[in-house]
Amino acid sequence: MAVALRGVHRTRWLKLQVFRYVVFALAAAFFLVPLIAMFEFSTRANDGSRTLQYWQSIASYPDMIAAIVASLELAVITSVVMLVLLVPTMVWVRLRLQRLNRIVEFICLLPLTIPAIVLVVGLFPEYIWLGTNFSDSILTLSLAYVILVLPYCYRTLDVGLGAIDVRTLSEAARSLGARWDQVMLMVIAPNISNAILNATLLSVALVLGEYTIANNLLYNNLQVELVHLGRADAGTSIAVAVASLMFAFVLLVVLNFIGSRPRRSVEEPVTKLAGPLQASQA
Amino acid sequence: MTERSGVEVRLENLVRRYGATTALDGLSLTLAPGELVALLGPSGCGKTTALRLLAGLEQADEGRVIIGGSDVTDLPTNRRNIGMVFQAYSLFPHMVAWENVAFGLQMRDVDRAERKRRALEVLELVGLGRFANRYANQMSGGQQQRVALARALAIQPQVLLLDEPLSALDAKVRARLRDEIRRVQLEVGITTLFVTHDQEEALAIADRVGVMQAGKLEQLGPPTLVYSRPATPFVADFVGLTNRIPGEVKNGGVEVRGTHLPLVQQDVPAGPAIALVRPEAVTIAASADGESGPLVGTVIAVAFLGAISRVTVDLGDMTVLAQLPTSAASDHPAGSRVRLVLRPDPVLVQREETASVTA
Repeated sequence: MAVALRGVHRTRWLKLQVFRYVVFALAAAFFLVPLIAMFEFSTRANDGSRTLQYWQSIASYPDMIAAIVASLELAVITSVVMLVLLVPTMVWVRLRLQRLNRIVEFICLLPLTIPAIVLVVGLFPEYIWLGTNFSDSILTLSLAYVILVLPYCYRTLDVGLGAIDVRTLSEAARSLGARWDQVMLMVIAPNISNAILNATLLSVALVLGEYTIANNLLYNNLQVELVHLGRADAGTSIAVAVASLMFAFVLLVVLNFIGSRPRRSVEEPVTKLAGPLQASQA
Repeated sequence: MTERSGVEVRLENLVRRYGATTALDGLSLTLAPGELVALLGPSGCGKTTALRLLAGLEQADEGRVIIGGSDVTDLPTNRRNIGMVFQAYSLFPHMVAWENVAFGLQMRDVDRAERKRRALEVLELVGLGRFANRYANQMSGGQQQRVALARALAIQPQVLLLDEPLSALDAKVRARLRDEIRRVQLEVGITTLFVTHDQEEALAIADRVGVMQAGKLEQLGPPTLVYSRPATPFVADFVGLTNRIPGEVKNGGVEVRGTHLPLVQQDVPAGPAIALVRPEAVTIAASADGESGPLVGTVIAVAFLGAISRVTVDLGDMTVLAQLPTSAASDHPAGSRVRLVLRPDPVLVQREETASVTA
């Protein structure tokens, strides 16, 4: 009887394993086949032979280099502004303004419901004013991008903050003499570091892939430049697209690596003071 | 750990309102230097609010907080020099134990080597030197609270505040850590306010116990006095078990089922009242098969509590709880007829019709 039951369990387990591998293979194919096709296309010359000319020619498009640099700068500025704006606000709301929690959540999630083109129509007059009175630099796009990434980052940070006891930790830190900025930087931020990394990753990915707002506000970021280039030189355009995807992938791996650094060993006692007192389990 | 004497702490007429609710209604309390005062009371009585006002985690609507002669009412928490242990586990999860303990010293710009030395010293004080490199999630609840105690003490605060630090622990660990806290508090000599809803904890650990209800201090005194001479029926009810036996106030005492008991206070007008009698003031005189009388009844339950037992006796119109040595209680199993005797200890009475304090 027991042997038969073990056999049934083993068959089920095998079926489940096969199902998992099939799903994994399908998902991997869904992501990888287009990438491989793009890479294949970007390394094939018109006569059908292999070539790296499209990859080598990326550097010969100064507008493309400028667009890549601008998009990276936008990603950094957007991420920093988003974190500086969102983390203290969300912590403060949790600590002191609980009744505003729903309102802040609603405001942060609102951009999710507004199509990018509608956002552009709304932002257009602001950008005319900005261009006239302040600056017409492409970096001003970060203002619009902060709004764009708000819902995704809010949700990610909300989960991170929900996983720790913000009130007790901050009150403990305050009672030990910490100022509010020290509470944020030395207590709250390290304990939601994964959420901060994920929010940063999301905002970087969104900014690097953004096209509609930049194009309609007449700025040339990476995606806009890719579309322009694609019309003139499809091979180089695809090479840049593959390169930017690979860059995002490397960034993801690096951020994940930073976020999952192992903690120090706990076996080695640091003190020689431990004398006759035996630490009880109390 | 540097030996030092504590400072006086005064809460003067503190009022704290949340909308229409008054959480603290003119609380005044003075803690002598080095004294441990426990605030005891049911949920919502204002004891935690009092502690949070002393810590500066909340602002009083009225009143003053004075620590060591200085008015700190308007000082923010981080400038009050207080050490606090919370009900919830509050160790910083990203730091190991010694880093947690050293955090307050870091905030005071003590250099790394010195703060590590002092952190290890205080961890030794609470018996956790060997656990200095452990994270919170690698320690038991009791160990975490001891590290939290060490962290609070490491900054050499003027006042130690303990906000139900034992309530999340199991009974055995709780009793051990309670004694540990008292030992460390006496060793360091720090003025301490301990907030709890556990009367056993408060009575065991404190120099004085303050019983609170509805934002007010009902009674403040040494544990023995609060237990044996409760100032109000609420204190009598809340601290320890109490039999509520109907009687009549007359001749400077109260007549309870044929027994004359003296009153805690003598200025009580004559008339019907409820006498509040402790179970340990009720003893079983003898078996009473076939007898009758106002204090004769049937044992309906015997609760074994180790050296003592609690015997519930049905007197017909009410039940009475008697507490006696287990050896004596074993002579009266459930179902046996017994005659009770009320020891003539001074008792508190409560008016039946108004339930107001009369003694």
